[in-house]
This record gives sequence, C-alpha cells and structure tokens, in this order.
Amino acid sequence: MSSPAPPAVEVRGLVTRFGDTVIHDGIDLEIRRGEVFAIAGASGCGKSTLLKEMVMLVRPTAGSLRVLGQDLAAVDEAQARRLRQRWGVMFQGGALFSGLTVLENVELPLKEHTRLTPQEIRELAHIKIALADLPPDVAHKFPRHLSGGLLKRAALARAIALDPELLFLDEPSAGLDPLAASALDELILGLKESLELTIIVVTHDLDLLWRVTDRVAILGEGRVVGLGTMDELARSNQVQVRQYFHGPRGRAAWGAASREGTGWNPDSATP
Amino acid sequence: MTAPHPPEPSAEPAAEVRVEGERWFCRGPWTLQGIAGLRERLAPACLTSSPRRVFECSGITGFDTAGAWLLNDLLSRTEASGGQAVLENLRPEFQILLGLVRTRGSGAPAAAPPPSPGPLARLGCKAWRHLSEARGMLAFLGESTWTLLRGLAHPRRWRGRMVLHHIQHGGVDALPLVGLLAFLVGVVIAYQAASQLARYGANIFVVDLVAHAILRELGPMLVAVIVAGRSGSAFAAQIGTMKVSEEIDALRTLGISPMEMLVLPRMVALAVVMPLLTLYANALGVLGGFAVAQLQLGVDAYSFLDRFDDTIRVSTFLFGIAKAPVFALIIALVGCYQGFRAAGSADSVGRHTTRSVVQSIFLIIVVDAIFSVLAAITRLGFR
Repeated sequence: MSSPAPPAVEVRGLVTRFGDTVIHDGIDLEIRRGEVFAIAGASGCGKSTLLKEMVMLVRPTAGSLRVLGQDLAAVDEAQARRLRQRWGVMFQGGALFSGLTVLENVELPLKEHTRLTPQEIRELAHIKIALADLPPDVAHKFPRHLSGGLLKRAALARAIALDPELLFLDEPSAGLDPLAASALDELILGLKESLELTIIVVTHDLDLLWRVTDRVAILGEGRVVGLGTMDELARSNQVQVRQYFHGPRGRAAWGAASREGTGWNPDSATP
Repeated sequence: MTAPHPPEPSAEPAAEVRVEGERWFCRGPWTLQGIAGLRERLAPACLTSSPRRVFECSGITGFDTAGAWLLNDLLSRTEASGGQAVLENLRPEFQILLGLVRTRGSGAPAAAPPPSPGPLARLGCKAWRHLSEARGMLAFLGESTWTLLRGLAHPRRWRGRMVLHHIQHGGVDALPLVGLLAFLVGVVIAYQAASQLARYGANIFVVDLVAHAILRELGPMLVAVIVAGRSGSAFAAQIGTMKVSEEIDALRTLGISPMEMLVLPRMVALAVVMPLLTLYANALGVLGGFAVAQLQLGVDAYSFLDRFDDTIRVSTFLFGIAKAPVFALIIALVGCYQGFRAAGSADSVGRHTTRSVVQSIFLIIVVDAIFSVLAAITRLGFR
C-alpha cells in the first residue's frame, strides 16, 4: 500500500495464434485493482484463451502480459509459484478434484502453500466453505454428489482458499438456473466487497454483466471492439457491440437492469 | 499429504502477540503466511483464565480471513472461559472481515465427517460390492446373449462397418505385437528345454515340448492377455467415457440400443479375431522354438516337422483354438460391462478401465484352468 499499486492486469499488443488460426490480434487492456472486470464476446472469440494466458496456462505468441505488476514472460519458477498463490481461478466446470471431498479440495492449496497445522487448515477451510455460502454438510461430500450450483460454490471456495488478490472466474453462471445464477452474482459481489478482491470474469451472461461488473471488454475478431461500463457500451455505435446488446436477449437484460434502476433505459434509446 | 514446495522461510515479519497482563498487543501481518504457528505459541497464555482481555490491534499491518479467523478464535476462547473480550483500534476495513468470519464461522459449527465404518462393516461392504458386481455381470451376460440372439434373427440390424472397425483395431493392428511376443515365448521355452534335453540326448523332444506348450496353453493365453490389455481396456475406456458424457443416454433417447450399437459389434469382432490371432501366435511360437531347436540342439527342419506331425493331433490344435472364442467373450463382456459401470467423473472411467483388465485376466486364467481340468478328465486333446 506504500507505493501506488500497479494495475491488476496489463495487456499490451497481445497476439495468439494456434497454427494458422489467429485468436488474438493485438489486444490492449488494463484492469484496475478492486474492480470487477468482464471479458465478453461471442463464442470462440478467444475469451477463455485470454483468461488462460493471464493465469499462465497458455503462452501468448507475442505481446506483453503483466499480472500484479509481474511480466509473465519473464518470471522464473519461484516467482511463478508465488504469483500463483496470489490469484484464485474458478474453472467453468468447477474442476474440483473428483477423488477428494469438497473440504479436502479447499484444504489442498492451504496444505501446499502454508505452514499451518492440519487442525488450523481444517477450520480455515470450513470458513471458506461457509464464505462460499455452502451448507456445512457439503464439506464431506464428493464433487460428483453435488448439483451444479453447489459445485460452482465449492469451486469458488477453493479459489478463495489462499485469500487471493485476484480472482478469475470462467463462465460462473454457465449451466445454472436463473435463481442459482443470481444467487452466485450476489455471492461474487459480497466476496468482492469483504475480501477486497479484483475479479476478472469471462462470461456471455448479459444479466451477470449488468448486475456485477464495473467495466467490460468485448472481444471480436481478435481485438477489443468495446471497452467501458455497461451503460457506455450499450450506447456505443460500434457494430459488433450493437449486435451484442441489441439482440433480443441483450435488450431483455438491458430492460431488466434499467427497471432495477441500475442501467439506462433502452426504450428511450433511438438508434 | 506432503508439501513438495515448503514455503520459503519468510523474510517478511510474522504476526505476533505481546501479552502484558490483560492487554494483548497484536502486531504484524495477520495473514495466511504470517500467522503460522501463532496459535500454538499463544496456547499457554490462552489457558490462564482472566476476567477481561483487551486486544490492542493498532499494530496489525495486514489482515485476511486467516487472520480474522485467528482473532475470532482468540475472542471466542476468552468469552468461552467466562471472560470479557474487548477489541481496541482494529482498522474499520479489518473489522468488516472479522464480522464476516464471526457470522459465517460461528453460525455453523464445523460438521463432523461421517463416521468411518468398522472392520466388519467394511468387510460386509466389500463382499456386497463383489456380489453385486457378479450379479450385474450375470445380468449383462444375459442381456448381451439376448441381444446376440435377436441380432441373429435380424441380420440386417448388424452393424457390419463397426464390426470391421473393431476387427481392424483389435486384430489386424495387434498382429506385430502378438507375433513378436509369441515368437519370443517359443524361443524361451525351447531354450529352457534345450539345456535339460541335451543332457539326456533327447534333443528331438524339444518339438513335443514346444508344440504342446504353445498350441494347448501359451498361444491362446498369450493372445488373450494381449487382447485384454489392448482391446478390453479400450472398450471400457470408450464406453465409460460415453457413459460419463451422457452419450449412452443420448443413444437410448434416439431409440438406438447401446447393447446393439456398442456391445454386439465388439463381441462379434473379438470372437472372429481371437481364433485367428491364436492361430497366428501358434505359428510364430512354434517358429521360435524351431529356430532354437535348429541353432542350439541341431534338430534339422525335416526332423522337426516329422516329429511335429507325430506328436500333435488335430484335436490338440483344435483344443487350443477352441479356447479363443471363450476368452474373446470374456474380454468383450468384462470390458463393455466395466465401461457401463462407470459413472460420474473421469476418475471413475480410469478405475473401471483398470478393473476391466484385472478382471478379464483373472477370469481368463480361471477358465483356462477349468479347461485343463476338463481336458484331463475327458482326455480331450491328448492322443
């Protein structure tokens, strides 16, 4: 807190190619500390790949990528390990280890990276499970016995196990019913407030974009085609952004958001 | 569980508490890394009961849920021993976190893990699992027999292309491996025999030994073990993956019987391919023995073939070949059955794939022993 903290994530001129397929063609982004930043766009636009590059699972072809002030291309193994303890990732399908119970899943990063006693780790893991709004009896169940909503929460509990500064969420609301999805929205917002998290979320759930995010980047054709708050984007005249927001579902979510008083009224918008 | 990367001895300062009478001065980073060992160090101080404890928190530089949990733990211990706990100068942003841990952490007492069963219960569970597995296997055998019979009645429902595909994968592609191993087994047997037989000048009997061992026992057995490892495991993995990703359910809803589509072609393909593979393994195994007989024992080609013709009857050969379709049935049944048993996760597919190989090899050896006993009783396949 002494020096001005570097941005959570800084992307400069990022290019990704798989063989002849160009996924990213020069992406520039800056994600500030403490914001909920969403990466949106049509399927196959490279959202998830961008997320995987930020967490060092995929190496970009060119360009620079700095996370929490560290250049990912230049980190050595020890730095990478420390960096990985400062972020949490929640994968789309949960990616909980199927051979471990939920409690053991949450305990695993604590066991690997701290010097606490098993008893302390157990109690802390129970707190994380409670923070993720999971009923206590879920702790001893195996992932295969959980419903989709509980699975996502369990994955979230594991992602926040090490009290990360940065939380990556890949499609948090995919496969959830509207009720469970909106409860998860609330949970994410609540955690952000109380744990002072920076959250980066990859999604194409328009409701989630309206309700949770501070700023949104929309990817298309390998570039950032729109960047700003949802209100700004909704008013944008950029073709791809308009397509995204003015489809029937986009308008519905927009209408819902404006009725809640959080958004701008689409009905008064004249193209 | 061991930690492969023990956290480096921290250069950063650790959290600490200085106890001065009823005033506890909390300092340093109360974070996940900072609080390591603090609770043990404080344990003796916690035991002394005191009517009032003041936690002076202005020295806390960092605070996360772990720190909040520990502070909450100290507060509630003081309260539990009948004392009064007072917090002083905790930063407001830290108070939010402490409040969160207080409400979430204490509201639900940590659920106890379900009690683990005793030895008797475990034995019972295990026995029950084996029994139900055997029963399921029997049901599966019945179902596939029924499917096979129905398939015979409606030959147009046969999926010829799939059968050919599995013949290619389970049979043709296995030829190099089966050939090489059979040849080597023939060589090994002849070598073992060579030193003993040469001592008695009974060189020519190497033919009897190799021919009987390969044709009656080792040829079919070797092929069965290789096919169980190559194809049986593949069947379990393929069907298991389809089961886990709901493809089997999709087949059912499309009105396609998974038994007909997945099990029947595999069963038929193995039943066709294994006798042929056994024949091939027999030939190469004998060839291996022949090579050693010639090089090591000086048995020339003419004497070898002559003796071979004398010692081996058609019934001996057929006895070996007849085992092959039975083994094929076992491998296909066990592989497919274990595939269908997979449920839930990728983890379970792996488990059932392993189990398919272990079970089919087990059953193959048991059935082979039964064959041998029956043959000894009926003198089948002997002269």
